[in-house]
Amino acid sequence: MTEPPLAPALRPIEGLGRWTLQIVNSLGRFGAFLGQAIGAIFTPPFKLWALLGRINYIGFRSLLIILLTGAFTGMVLGLQLYLTLTRFGSDAFLGPAVALSLIRELGPVLAALMVTGRAGSALTAEIGIMRITEQIDALTVMAISPMRYLVAPSIVAGLISFPMMTAMFDVVGIFGGYLVGVELFGLSAGTYFGEMQTFVDMRDIMTGFWKSVCFGVIVTWVCTYKGFHVSRGAEGVAAATTQAVVLSSVLILVWDYFLGTVLP
Amino acid sequence: MIRVEGLRKSFHGQAVLRGVDLEVPTGSITVIIGRSGGGKSVFLKHLIGLLRPDSGRIEVGGVDLAVLRGRALDEVRRRYGVVFQGGALFDSMSCRENVAFPLREKTRLARAEIAARVDTSLERVGLAGIGDKYPEEVSGGMRKRVAIARALVTEPEIVFFDEPTTGLDPVLVNTIHRLIQELHRRSRFTAVMVSHEIPEVFELADRIGMLHEGRIVEIGPPDAIQHSQNPVVRQFIRGEPDSEPH
Repeated sequence: MTEPPLAPALRPIEGLGRWTLQIVNSLGRFGAFLGQAIGAIFTPPFKLWALLGRINYIGFRSLLIILLTGAFTGMVLGLQLYLTLTRFGSDAFLGPAVALSLIRELGPVLAALMVTGRAGSALTAEIGIMRITEQIDALTVMAISPMRYLVAPSIVAGLISFPMMTAMFDVVGIFGGYLVGVELFGLSAGTYFGEMQTFVDMRDIMTGFWKSVCFGVIVTWVCTYKGFHVSRGAEGVAAATTQAVVLSSVLILVWDYFLGTVLP
Repeated sequence: MIRVEGLRKSFHGQAVLRGVDLEVPTGSITVIIGRSGGGKSVFLKHLIGLLRPDSGRIEVGGVDLAVLRGRALDEVRRRYGVVFQGGALFDSMSCRENVAFPLREKTRLARAEIAARVDTSLERVGLAGIGDKYPEEVSGGMRKRVAIARALVTEPEIVFFDEPTTGLDPVLVNTIHRLIQELHRRSRFTAVMVSHEIPEVFELADRIGMLHEGRIVEIGPPDAIQHSQNPVVRQFIRGEPDSEPH
């Protein structure tokens, strides 16, 4: 028996209900995807070579862009903070100001955004092309779980690579600040690094570490999910890649704020 | 033996399969023909467990594939080889690595044994010597043959071919069909092929089934299909255009 048509006045409410159901459905599938990936991570046999390949793909190949952006971020911080701190006669605090900004906030966030742009988009496109050319179906019919073969190694590689990339971003950024503060403006190197040791403690480093771990999961989760659910050919791959980068970037910033409020 | 009973599938309310019944005898080559968009590939995806039916049974060796999940489904798939329409070769691997892949991932064979079996498989499809090339470096016909070598390297009991000759010239179509015939004679696998290569499939198939509007409207040996009185079958094998309304 078919349902009688709705009164015109009720149709927007029906549309809202349908849209809400679609959102809830998508969120459910998104969460279930991560659940399956976590299950695949802990299911032997472990794909060590696949993992190393993914670490190379996500981490090592992003190294140059991380070093470059880290250095210039540190230099910009050094320049702006020196000019600001000098006004208050506090230029001695340039070292800790640069280090704390990088270690707690800018390092994890900017490194994650850079890796998203370089590796996350490539990950979505690669998996998306595998989907539309039936390579994922081929894995499935060979009784090889695409979750275990493609998704799980990417997420573990994100977990390992992001903190390492962030650490390198921080170190290079601190030296970028050193170049500007010490070599350009003549602050003493002892002051720059000495005050840093006084003001930066392990809690700051752990805050940055936990952020980078979370971003590693978020980026690889979003990018593999978007690639895995591509449809409509090349146009679909392009759309999924854009969505993956935008969604990852938004989630990085939202999660950064959330972690900033809960971590010490 | 593969037995399909009352297989139904709809997408977004539109029925694609409306109760497919089919029996595929062990060791035979059964070809499913039908017009483009008629549900042939959807039907094949049900047989290989990539889609789940809305209702109906798909029995493979007495097990209903439609209700299997996870490892139980993978156990059935271990008996399968599948040649996809576009080949579905892994483009990050060479042709040799593609053929070796299922052996490397799903068996405990030694490297030397895997290498020997890959060489034999490539030789059987006439591609000895191109193993180190990547899929994008070889022709469409070669890619199909690599895909066939990959599907057969594990010596499966059942092999599915999804339009394996689409996009090839008539010479290559016959070459691929002869290759499949020769490999079938050698290994005696059960083959299910989806194709619309008329009349070439009449020489290849033991049985031909016509899928039309979501049902098998006729099935039988090639001779019987060629002389069918069913107007839908006759129109399809003669390639007659649809009659336009006046």
